[in-house]
Amino acid sequence: MSTTATVENLPSSSAEPQVNYLNARYGVRSWLLTLDHKRIGLLYLGTITLMFVVGGIAATLMRLNLIEPQGALVEPETYNKLFSTHGIVMVFFFLVPSIPATLGNFLIPLMIGARDVAFPKLNLMSWYIFVTGCVLMLYVVCTGGVDTGWTFYPPYSSSYAHTDVFLAAMAIFIAGFSSILTGMNFVVTIHKMRAPGMTWFRLPLFIWSLYATSIIFVLGTPVIAITLLLLGVERLLHVGIFDPALGGDPLLFQHMFWFYSHPAVYIMVLPSMGVISELITAFSRKRIFGYSFVAFSSLAIAVISFLVWGHHMFVSGQSVYAGLVFSVLSFLVAIPSAVKVFNWTATLYKGSISYEAPMLYALGFIGLFTIGGLTGLFLASLSTDVHLNGTYFVVAHFHYVMVGGAVMAFMGGLHFWWPKITGRIYPDLWARFAALIIFVGFNLTFFPQFVLGYLGMPRRYAMYPAEFQALNVLSSAGASVLAVGYVIPLIYLFWSLKYGEVAGPNPWGAKGLEWTTQSPPLTENFLKTPIVTEEAYSYETAPEPEVVRV
Amino acid sequence: MMGLTQFAFHSMAAAWLQFSLQPPAASSIAKNVDEVYYFLTGVTAFFTVLIFSIIFYFMIKYRRRPGKPHDPETHTSMFLELSWTIIPSLICVVIFVWSSALFVRNSRPPANSREIFVIGKQWMWHIQHPEGPREIDALHVPVGENIKLTMTSQDVIHGFYIPAFRVKKDVLPGRYTSVWFKADRTGVFHLFCSQYCGTNHSEMIGWIYVMSPTDYAAWLAQGEQSESLAQQGARLFTQLGCDSCHGTAAASTGPALAGIYGKPEKLADGSTRVVDDSFLRQAILTPSTIHVAGYPQIMPTFTGQVNEEQVLQLIAYVKSLGAQERTNGQ
Amino acid sequence: MSDAAIVHGHGDNPTHFAHQFETLEQQHDAGRLGMWVFLATEILFFGGMFMGYTVYRSLHPAAFAIGSHLLDWKFGGTNTAVLICSSLTMALAIRSAQTGKKKGTIIAWLILTMLLGATFLFLKFRYEWYHDYIEHTVPGFGFHYRPEWGAHAPQVQMFMCFYFFMTGLHALHMIVGIGILLVLTWMAARGRFTSQYYAPLEISGLYWHFVDIVWIFLFPLLYLAGGLYSR
Repeated sequence: MSTTATVENLPSSSAEPQVNYLNARYGVRSWLLTLDHKRIGLLYLGTITLMFVVGGIAATLMRLNLIEPQGALVEPETYNKLFSTHGIVMVFFFLVPSIPATLGNFLIPLMIGARDVAFPKLNLMSWYIFVTGCVLMLYVVCTGGVDTGWTFYPPYSSSYAHTDVFLAAMAIFIAGFSSILTGMNFVVTIHKMRAPGMTWFRLPLFIWSLYATSIIFVLGTPVIAITLLLLGVERLLHVGIFDPALGGDPLLFQHMFWFYSHPAVYIMVLPSMGVISELITAFSRKRIFGYSFVAFSSLAIAVISFLVWGHHMFVSGQSVYAGLVFSVLSFLVAIPSAVKVFNWTATLYKGSISYEAPMLYALGFIGLFTIGGLTGLFLASLSTDVHLNGTYFVVAHFHYVMVGGAVMAFMGGLHFWWPKITGRIYPDLWARFAALIIFVGFNLTFFPQFVLGYLGMPRRYAMYPAEFQALNVLSSAGASVLAVGYVIPLIYLFWSLKYGEVAGPNPWGAKGLEWTTQSPPLTENFLKTPIVTEEAYSYETAPEPEVVRV
Repeated sequence: MMGLTQFAFHSMAAAWLQFSLQPPAASSIAKNVDEVYYFLTGVTAFFTVLIFSIIFYFMIKYRRRPGKPHDPETHTSMFLELSWTIIPSLICVVIFVWSSALFVRNSRPPANSREIFVIGKQWMWHIQHPEGPREIDALHVPVGENIKLTMTSQDVIHGFYIPAFRVKKDVLPGRYTSVWFKADRTGVFHLFCSQYCGTNHSEMIGWIYVMSPTDYAAWLAQGEQSESLAQQGARLFTQLGCDSCHGTAAASTGPALAGIYGKPEKLADGSTRVVDDSFLRQAILTPSTIHVAGYPQIMPTFTGQVNEEQVLQLIAYVKSLGAQERTNGQ
Repeated sequence: MSDAAIVHGHGDNPTHFAHQFETLEQQHDAGRLGMWVFLATEILFFGGMFMGYTVYRSLHPAAFAIGSHLLDWKFGGTNTAVLICSSLTMALAIRSAQTGKKKGTIIAWLILTMLLGATFLFLKFRYEWYHDYIEHTVPGFGFHYRPEWGAHAPQVQMFMCFYFFMTGLHALHMIVGIGILLVLTWMAARGRFTSQYYAPLEISGLYWHFVDIVWIFLFPLLYLAGGLYSR
C-alpha cells in the first residue's frame, strides 16, 4: 500500500537538517565525480540554463534588429550568424537535452522505485561529453560564429561559407553522443530496474514518454552524427560528397539531415507531453483519462516520426510521389498528438482543479500546443506548404510547439518538482505571474509571424520590405515581454534556495513514487525498495496537499 | 462561409494594404491555394476554440473547493477514444486529398507554356527570355499565359518564390528544377529568394512585372536587341565544334539533333529517355554517362568550357531545330 | 551506499556487484540489454553511410566499379578470413570462461583474438591504405585524377571517399575493440572470471562480433562492386 511505503521511506524525524543527496557530501569533487543521477540531473540543469541564456541573447539581438526593415542593429552577415547560433544552441544544446537530461535523469529512478539508473558512470560521462560539445560551440560563437543556419545545407556550408562550419558541426557531433548514452541508459533502466509490482502499465506516463524519446535518441542521433561527420570531411578535404561541382548530391544531405532532425523535434516534444500528463493529473487530482491510449500514442509518435522527414523537402526538387507519401504520413503523425490533447482535456472533467503555477503552465501548453500542432497541418498539406515553406509561418509553427509547448512544459515540470529537487517552495504568486507574462509575451511574439508568413515574408531575412514592419515591431515587442517572463523565474527560483519555505515530502499531495520520499531525497532514493500495488494516478488514496491554494 | 471570409479579407486587404492578412492573389492557382488555407484556418480555429472553451468551462466548474468531494476515478470511454481518433483522421484525409490533388495538378506545366530561364547566383536572379532579352532581379511576363521557368543555380541552393502566385521552388546547382504559373492580373509583385544562401540572402529579391500581351510584346521588342537564345546557341554550336560530329552530313559520328527535342531516345542498354533540358545538359557536361543506341560513346565533355547560360543557349538551339526533319534515321 | 565517487578500480569485490542493482542477475541482464541497444545505435551509425554509399552507387555504377577495382580484393578477402577467425577465438574465450577453464586458457584465446585484430589492422594500414597513398588515390591527400577515368573521375574520388570513411570508421571500432580486449585480458589475469561471472566477456563479445559483421557487409560492397576482374 502506498501509505505503508510512505512511512517506510521517510526518516523517523522530519526536523531539519536531514541528510539528503545535496548535503551527503560536500565539495567540488563530490559533484564533478558524482554517480548520483540526481546530481547529474542538476549538473545538466546548470549547463542547459547557460546555453538557454546564450540562445536567448541571440534571439533578443535578432528581434531588435528586425524592428527596422533595413536592419536596426547589425549587418546582414552578423544577423546570419545570430540566427544560426540561436537555432543550433536552442535545438542541440538546450531543447534536445532539456527535459530528458534534467528531469528525466532526476526522476526516472525515483518514479520506478530504483536506486539509480542502470549505468551511472555512463550517465556522468554523458554530461562531460555534453559539456565538451557546449564548450566547443561557445568557442565557435566567440570566435566568429557560424552562418549556415542550424540546417547546414550544402553546397553553401561545404564550399562557400567563410565561418567555422567544421567546428560547429563537430560540437553538435560530440553532443550527440551524450544523447545516445542518455537514451541507452533510459531504455535499460526502464526495462530492467522497475520496483516489484511496477508493471509497464502502472508506470507514470512521464516514463512512457521518456521511453519513446529514448528510442528516437538511440536510432536517430547516429544518423545526424554521420551526416555532420561527412559534411565536416567534405569541408576539410574538399572532396565532393554533397557538392554537385564535385559530383555529389546536395539533396542527399537534406535527406540524411532531416532523417534525424524530424524525429529530433519529437525528442523535444514527447517528454513535454509526459510532463503534462503528470501535471494535469496532480492538479485535478484524478486518474488520467485513457491511460493506455496516451501511452501507446507516445510510441506511435516515436515510430511514425521516422517516416515523415521529406515534408521539409516538398519544394526541394523531390519527386511528386515522394511528396504524396510524406504528406500522408505527416498527417498521420498528427493524430496521436490530437488524441493526447483530448485525453488531457477529458481528465479535467469532474476533477478537483487548482491553479498553482505548474497547472497554469500545463493548461497553457495544451492551448499553445493545439495551435502549434494544427498549424503543422498547413505544412503537411502539399499545396499550402509550397506557399508557406521557408516563410515566417514555419517559424511561428515550430516556436508554438517548441516554446509554447516544450519550454512551457519544462517550466511547469521544473516548478512541480522543485520542492522535491531542492526541498524548498518558491513564492507561488510570483510564479503564476511569470507564467501569465510568458503566455502573453509568447503569443504577442509569435502569432503575428503566422500572418507575416502567409503574406510571404521569408525566414532568415536580415532585411525585409517595409510593408512587413508593423507586424515585425509587434513581434519584437512581444519578445521583450517574453524575455521578462523568463527572467522572473530565474530570480525567485534562486531566491527560494535560501529563503523559500521548506518543503515536506509531498506538498502537492500527488501520486507517484517520487512523492513517497523525503524532499530532497536521499542519495539512494529509498530506504527500502518500494513494492507497488496500485495503478498510476490512484488519487483515491492520495494524501491532501500541504499547500492549500485556490 | 468560406466565400464570406474571403470577401471580408479581400476588402480589408484592398483598403489597407499594410494591414492585410494575405498577399494579392494573382495567379490561376492562388485562389485554390487560399481556399485550402482558409479551410485549414477554419479547422484550426474550430478546434482551438473548442479545446479552449472546454478547458475554461472545466476550470471553473471543477475548481477545487474545500470540503467538496470529487471522484478521482476516470471511466474510460472507448466511444470517445474512437471518435476523437476517427474524426480528426477523416478531416486529415479530406485536407490531404484536396490539397494533394491541387499540388499534383500544379506540378505539371501545361504543354503550351512559354519557357523562360532563370539562373540564380549569389545574390541575384538572372532571367533569360528565349527571344533574347535578359533581366536581373526582374521578370516581365504576359498576363493570362502559362509560363514555365526552368531554373538552375551557379553556386549554392536558392529558392524562387513569388508569394502572389503561391509558387515556390528551390533552385539547385548542377541540375534543373522548374515551376510554372499563369498570372491572371497585371501588376507588380514581389520575388523573394526563399532558401538561405549566404550573406545577402535577404537582398536577393526582385519584382515580377505582369503586363498585358501587347505591352509584353512591345517590351520584348524594345528590350536589349541582342540575339535570341537560340541564335546565340547556334553560334556557340559552331564555335565549340559540335557540328563536326552532330552535323547534317549522312555519315555524322553523333546523332543528328534536328527534331530530337521532346522525343524519346533509345539508349544502348535498351532503355528509353525523353530528350528534355536535363538530358541535353547531361549530354553536354557528362557525356560519358549517356550511351545512345547505335553510336559510339566518344563525345568529349564540355564541363569547364561552358557556363550555365551557355548550356541554356545550346539547349535553346537544339530546341529550335525541332521543325526540321531528322535526316539520319536510326 | 552514499555518493560513491568511484572512478577507478572496481573495489575488492571480485564480482563487482554495482550498488544500483538488486541482484547480480539484474546487473547482467542490464549489461546485455545495454550492449544490444548500443549495437542498435551503431547499426544506424554505419547505416547512414551505407545508405549514402548505396544512393551514389546507384547513380554512378560505372564510376563505382572503377573505384572498386582500385582496391585489392585479395587483401580484403584475407582480412575477412582473419576477422572471422577472430570472432571464433573470441567465442572460444567466452566458452572457456563459461566452462570454468583455467585463466590461462581464457587469456590465450583473448590474446589470439587481439593478434588477429592487429593483423587485420596491419594489413589494412600497411598494405592497403599506404599503397593507396602512394598511388595518389586518397581523397584530400594528393588525389590524382587518372585520364582513363574520363568524366567519371569525380565519382571515382567519391567512391574512395566512402571507402576510406567506412573502413576508417570500422578500423576505429576495431582499435577500440582491441582496447577492450586488453582490459579483459588484464581482468582475466587477475582471476576475475569464473563460470558464474563472465558477463564482461560476453558483452564485449557481442561488440566484437558486431564489428566483424560490419566488415562482412563492407567487403562485398566496396571490394566486389565491379566484379572481381576489370572489364
